[in-house]
Amino acid sequence: MICNKKGRYFLQGNIAAGEAALISGARFFAGYPITPSSEIAEHASQHLPIAGGTFIQMEDEIGSLAAVIGASMTGVKAYTATSGPGLSLMSENIGLACMVEAPCVIISVQRAGPSTGLATKPAQGDFYQFRYGTHGDHMIIALSPASVQECFDLTIKAFNFAERFRCPVFLALDAIIAKMYETVNIPGLDELEIFNRKKASSSHKNYLPYKPEENGVPLFVPFGSTLITRANSSGHGIDGYPCADDDNHDKLVRRLVDKIDRYKEEISLFNEFNTSDAEILIISYGCSTRPALSAMKRAREKGIKAGVLQLQTLWPFPETIVKSSVSKVKLILVPELSLGQFRSEIIKYCPDKPIISINKLGGVTIQPGDILAFLSKETE
Amino acid sequence: MMKYSGRKYVKEELLPFFWCPGCGNGIIFAAMTRAMEENNLEKKDIVAVTGIGCWGKADDYLATHAFHGTHGRAIAVATGIKLANHLLHVFVLVGDGDGATIGGNHLIHAARRNIDIIAIMSNNLNYGMTGGQYSGTTPFNSITSTSRKGHIEDAFDISSLVKSAGAGYVARCTIENPQMIQRFISKAIKKGKGFRFIEVISICPTYYGRYNKFSNTVEMIKDIKARTINIKDIDRENIQELEGKIVVGEYVDKKVDGLVHRYQEKSKDDI
Repeated sequence: MICNKKGRYFLQGNIAAGEAALISGARFFAGYPITPSSEIAEHASQHLPIAGGTFIQMEDEIGSLAAVIGASMTGVKAYTATSGPGLSLMSENIGLACMVEAPCVIISVQRAGPSTGLATKPAQGDFYQFRYGTHGDHMIIALSPASVQECFDLTIKAFNFAERFRCPVFLALDAIIAKMYETVNIPGLDELEIFNRKKASSSHKNYLPYKPEENGVPLFVPFGSTLITRANSSGHGIDGYPCADDDNHDKLVRRLVDKIDRYKEEISLFNEFNTSDAEILIISYGCSTRPALSAMKRAREKGIKAGVLQLQTLWPFPETIVKSSVSKVKLILVPELSLGQFRSEIIKYCPDKPIISINKLGGVTIQPGDILAFLSKETE
Repeated sequence: MMKYSGRKYVKEELLPFFWCPGCGNGIIFAAMTRAMEENNLEKKDIVAVTGIGCWGKADDYLATHAFHGTHGRAIAVATGIKLANHLLHVFVLVGDGDGATIGGNHLIHAARRNIDIIAIMSNNLNYGMTGGQYSGTTPFNSITSTSRKGHIEDAFDISSLVKSAGAGYVARCTIENPQMIQRFISKAIKKGKGFRFIEVISICPTYYGRYNKFSNTVEMIKDIKARTINIKDIDRENIQELEGKIVVGEYVDKKVDGLVHRYQEKSKDDI
């Protein structure tokens, strides 16, 4: 581990996420090399063995997430890293992680697609892939950092959510933030809240692997315990054995969604900048945040009341803060490196508000001027 | 060898098996649990990992730890389990569709890296669960529900493939000889290290048998018996013609480090 004591470190976004994984207690990584995420695998290959953990480079991303899920069911905190094309291959086993309730973190660095696209260039076109990449009804958690500091902070949070809710959690990065170097404040271990999955005690009577606790999450038992456990991708009863009853499936899938959904206010992470008196609100996430802040600052200098709402949580979509933030503004601007995926979600919660989508493709960055142009024009 | 029942590994209240009458999977299941007992394995130390398919339902009847995952991915899941907990005996139960077709890439890489798990493949030459379509091991000219005029592709010789890929132990047997299945699985358990692969040639009377004009299960087993030849006899008797034969026996049994050992050796200076 590079950040082995409290202090300030100069890190790349990918490495900050990798360091946070180790500090969270992650001890297993399986992955497949892919730009622009490869530093995370390289970091894991060097630092996990020192921490007593395991690194393996699998034959593809399908196998990578499968191995991560298998490792997780032995009680180890496990993670992988990829980018859009790899995430497409992982889609199958994202559903597996949801269904067997295997805590894991998937760091996915967005690059310009579709398909191979522009491998080294940034994009934000995987917004809905995070949410709906795997088939069937399910709920997912995705967090998106806008700085290297947030790469660290949100990776810690991602592992905590994964452990608490027993589900896969995305760190939804993009090539700009992942490749950027910045100074990061690493807190001491005693200052960090690290959550570990709740386990059944070995004296637990009549243990049932999928019997939920009050919060909707079943108690965990690792493979190798005297209590016998099962992980099942097929429709299953609370005993983990297959069950194709209609009522049982209804109950199971609703629980898998509800165990996350009912805590979505706690999961909703965001930052507000000058929103209290804002007449124009820029809503951003990830790499669109810095240009948004810069545009806001310049607009304020001109006397334009602009504010920024930066969503750190993408999924479950933080609808409460979006609804309340837009209520008093006259105009919403949504800059993003995609053709309006993020805007499509925002508009669901403010269908009557004027909203301008600022879209860029080509693997270029959004410039403050791209946003400022609309800010100035609308107030003229 | 029949002195072992294997019953303690079986979730008896869930019997009978859901498999069709005449299916070979019950024979493999019984041989496997007997081999577990023969080696005094504890239930808590066993994880059965399955994918999707008829044989992929085997974990439903086991009283051990189990992971029933996605189609073709059982070996990859098992790789993660074994690397994260070296003490576990990880058994991967895959069919020819699951293990040799959709999951073929994971199979050859598991053999190459000699991950320390045991894979038992029930090879019934077709996809039984979905209605008898052709798989990667369906023989040329066989009738299946997606090759009504005869299959135009050639089949994998899956044991030879896994041997070529580097596995430490590869053996082929058939459901016609349950003792041989038990013996090979038992040997794989005792061997302890590396990727150990046991291919069991099985039968699917419901689809493959019906499409290919076998009148009943007994006829299918007799056909297997008639075509079986031991790998040891090939050289000894100078047999040249192997077309249509089922070559049983140990394809490879070599000393390997195993991935867990290699990883530990390479990491020990780090810790």
